[in-house]
Amino acid sequence: MQKLVVIGAGMASGRVLETLFEMDPAAYEVTLFNAEPRGNYNRIMLSPVLSGEKSYEEIVTHDDAWYARHDIACRFGEKVVSIDRANRIVRGEKGDVPYDKLIIATGSSPFIVPVEGRDLPGVVSYRDLDDTQAMITASGASGARAVVIGGGLLGLEAAAGLKLRGMDVTVLHLAGHLMERQLDEAAGHLLKRDLEKRGIEVLLKASTQKIVGTDRVEAVELADGKRLPADLVVMAVGIRPSAEIAKEAGLAVNRAIVVDAQMRTSDPHIHAVGECVEYNGTLFGLVAPLYEQAKVLAKCLLGDTDDFVVRELSTKLKVTGCDLFSAGDFAEGETREDIVLRDPGQGVYKRLVIENDRLIGAVMYGDTADSNWFFDLIKSREPIAAMRDTLIFGPAYQGGSPLDPMAAVAALPDDAEICGCNGVCKSKITSAITAKGLTSLDEVRAHTKASSSCGTCTGLVEQLMSLTLGDAFDPNAVKPMCGCTTLAHDDVRRLIKAKGLKTIPEVQQELQWSTPNGCAKCRPALNYYLVADWPDEYADDYQSRFINERVHANIQKDGTYSVVPRMWGGMTSAKELRAIADVCDKFDIPAVKCTGGQRIDMLGIRKEDLPAVWADLGKAGFVSGQAYAKGLRTVKTCVGTDWCRFGTQDSTGLGIRIEKFMWGSWTPAKLKMAVSGCPRNCAEATCKDIGIICVDSGFDIHFAGAAGLDIKGTEILGHVETEDEALEHVVALAQMYREQGHYLERIYKWAKRIGLDEIRRQIMDDHAMRKAYFDRFVFSQKFAQVDPWSERVSGKDKHEFQPIARLDFAEAAE
Amino acid sequence: MTIIEKPWISVGRIEDIPPLGARRIETGFATIGLFRTASDEVFAIEDKCPHKGGPLSQGIVHDGCVTCPLHNMVISLKSGQAQGADTGEVRTFRLRLSGGEIQLSGEDLAAAANAAAVPA
Repeated sequence: MQKLVVIGAGMASGRVLETLFEMDPAAYEVTLFNAEPRGNYNRIMLSPVLSGEKSYEEIVTHDDAWYARHDIACRFGEKVVSIDRANRIVRGEKGDVPYDKLIIATGSSPFIVPVEGRDLPGVVSYRDLDDTQAMITASGASGARAVVIGGGLLGLEAAAGLKLRGMDVTVLHLAGHLMERQLDEAAGHLLKRDLEKRGIEVLLKASTQKIVGTDRVEAVELADGKRLPADLVVMAVGIRPSAEIAKEAGLAVNRAIVVDAQMRTSDPHIHAVGECVEYNGTLFGLVAPLYEQAKVLAKCLLGDTDDFVVRELSTKLKVTGCDLFSAGDFAEGETREDIVLRDPGQGVYKRLVIENDRLIGAVMYGDTADSNWFFDLIKSREPIAAMRDTLIFGPAYQGGSPLDPMAAVAALPDDAEICGCNGVCKSKITSAITAKGLTSLDEVRAHTKASSSCGTCTGLVEQLMSLTLGDAFDPNAVKPMCGCTTLAHDDVRRLIKAKGLKTIPEVQQELQWSTPNGCAKCRPALNYYLVADWPDEYADDYQSRFINERVHANIQKDGTYSVVPRMWGGMTSAKELRAIADVCDKFDIPAVKCTGGQRIDMLGIRKEDLPAVWADLGKAGFVSGQAYAKGLRTVKTCVGTDWCRFGTQDSTGLGIRIEKFMWGSWTPAKLKMAVSGCPRNCAEATCKDIGIICVDSGFDIHFAGAAGLDIKGTEILGHVETEDEALEHVVALAQMYREQGHYLERIYKWAKRIGLDEIRRQIMDDHAMRKAYFDRFVFSQKFAQVDPWSERVSGKDKHEFQPIARLDFAEAAE
Repeated sequence: MTIIEKPWISVGRIEDIPPLGARRIETGFATIGLFRTASDEVFAIEDKCPHKGGPLSQGIVHDGCVTCPLHNMVISLKSGQAQGADTGEVRTFRLRLSGGEIQLSGEDLAAAANAAAVPA
């Protein structure tokens, strides 16, 4: 077997290997060097990782299993020292590897502006996962400030991500408008305005003089003397090809490693691919041509021939909510004409550049739905005279065809490129859908790779699926709440209020349930919605409660139950502990455990014993901890100013106050809270549904964390100064969630659906609304704060805990 | 071997079971769940889910079925069969209602008792 050595495990070389193994898995024995201590991941998705929309695991292209499956010798975290061309040996830091073929895929490195202070800690580039992690870490401190140098694609994605992480962000850009290589001035202006609306400050014609700081970065100083305080400086002014190793080996290198159309360097045994190559004087920075190169190279390695051709490129920005597109050449010129459509109110701008009856460039901002159609016109060089009058309105207005969003997609030729990242054309997607019977977007991604990289073509892929599958595919399909209805949770909640429906049978009748009494999925949901919406009028339907909520204990695998009494704010006493000990002895309780919510769980209690256990616990002052409820569970606290030398506020007192205020309330899913007395956060408030971090100046309110199936740090709702305000904001937030959440939808999922900004607007900014939520919660508590244990001790639902009959042997045999 | 000679054995009255609810009958050999539907039909099945032995009497009752509280398997009260894509069945007991009095089949109880006894 021939030996193939690859230097660099990036997206280009990854695609070479994939294609190679697809065509001939047995052709080469592969050794893969990578300076980064990891394998190939989707680098263009670092922006969503930075913004928190994706995790690193989600953007891994090749995992350990993949490398193992293809018997690749991975030398990750090891740099290549030199290439011995005469003997065909690659010298790594940890040893030599001989090769028959060598691929150099060293990519590029960020260009660092040569100013004073560029080496200070806190100055990072934006190129790989380590940079991204460094930025995420820096954004963790509250009120931290970032300065991004460079207003191109990378810089703006970095800025948007850091802003989403809660930093104050300023972008410095040397040119007169943003993204000047991809956008004209007008579109650049709209982009700037949109970014400013998101709270990102943009300074144009800003030349960085130096970076200031003693131990780490403190500020950036501009040529005009302006000084911007900064805790983090991101250099994103550009990249330069990494060609040093090739140069040292004596290969032909201009600005990058020179290759021919078969990706061969000046040494026929050595190929190069990706951002480190130069072909016909052109350098490459976007992923589409790299994948094209990879395909050509894989074929050449197997003895086939193919030629790499430089194609027109288009650009999209991966900043959610900023739709922009540019392609081709849009510089002004004497022989060129423009067609421009402006709608500043809507933030829409489209400019087409025409030369000799051909479309040669397009810039679009705000509405990029037709961008692929324009991009195809640029590539096909088709004459446009016949449709010039209506050209700018897009494909739907050509030839008098009706205005149908599908028409544009239907009109695309079979070889029209849909996914630019992976070079997937229309016919490849449609034929895969038909041939393999694909019905979901994920399946299409898995089989064709379309929409699996940056995701901006997802809409188009979905339209293609609709076109191919007809009504069988509906990307916006409502997910019914269960098999008994076609209505989604939202519809049901809305109709309950709109139609004034106040019992489960009424809901089922009025909303045309298809089953006589619903099912185990919809009944608890409806019961919750009615409890939440009509607290004073609706009588809880006991038989629509899941068993735990019906018997106020947690069912275990053997049919016994566990009991968790409330310990307010996690505080307890000798008297309480003694009572628990006595109960354990008396009822022979086999297991006692501390829970994660700072209280004590007694496990293995027989159902018949529950009321007696509660009676004894009740005598010691205990009430139900509602550890079984889709409702308020615990409020964890630390010892705060009572004991801790770092405490800034009475976190224990506030936690107890919140728990006493909110206990008994039902919520869509369980609600776990915590209050930490200082940013050291010993109560772990930043992974809770709602958390409070006390600081010297007051209280930072956090929410939408998760530490279960998903792990997610909280988002910041806002800062308040007093304990009363903290309580009011927390309660209002909980009520908003109670009124809008889908049953079993945790607060972080609800928040994602509603949008963090909207929640902040309603709770932090709109005082009247917050007060109204607060008042509704207080009203509902009048009916909810009844201790279910003492109710049952005094005889409620007695039948639940006793068998209807005991048939002993003798009686049956009588 | 257990001998149960009475043809019908009284276990309680229908109003002792909440509508869409269940009660348990303890016997020496098994627990039996007694279920009441919305239309006041009563069914008796063994209180043990075929999946992982969950107590079916603690589940939610709907449309002649009960959903097991442990892992949501749905069991028909009438046939004892698992519904949908699941497979499995539980023992059912015939019963009759006599003026609101629920009476279980002695024959079925005896069969269950014998099945539960250790084979000789």
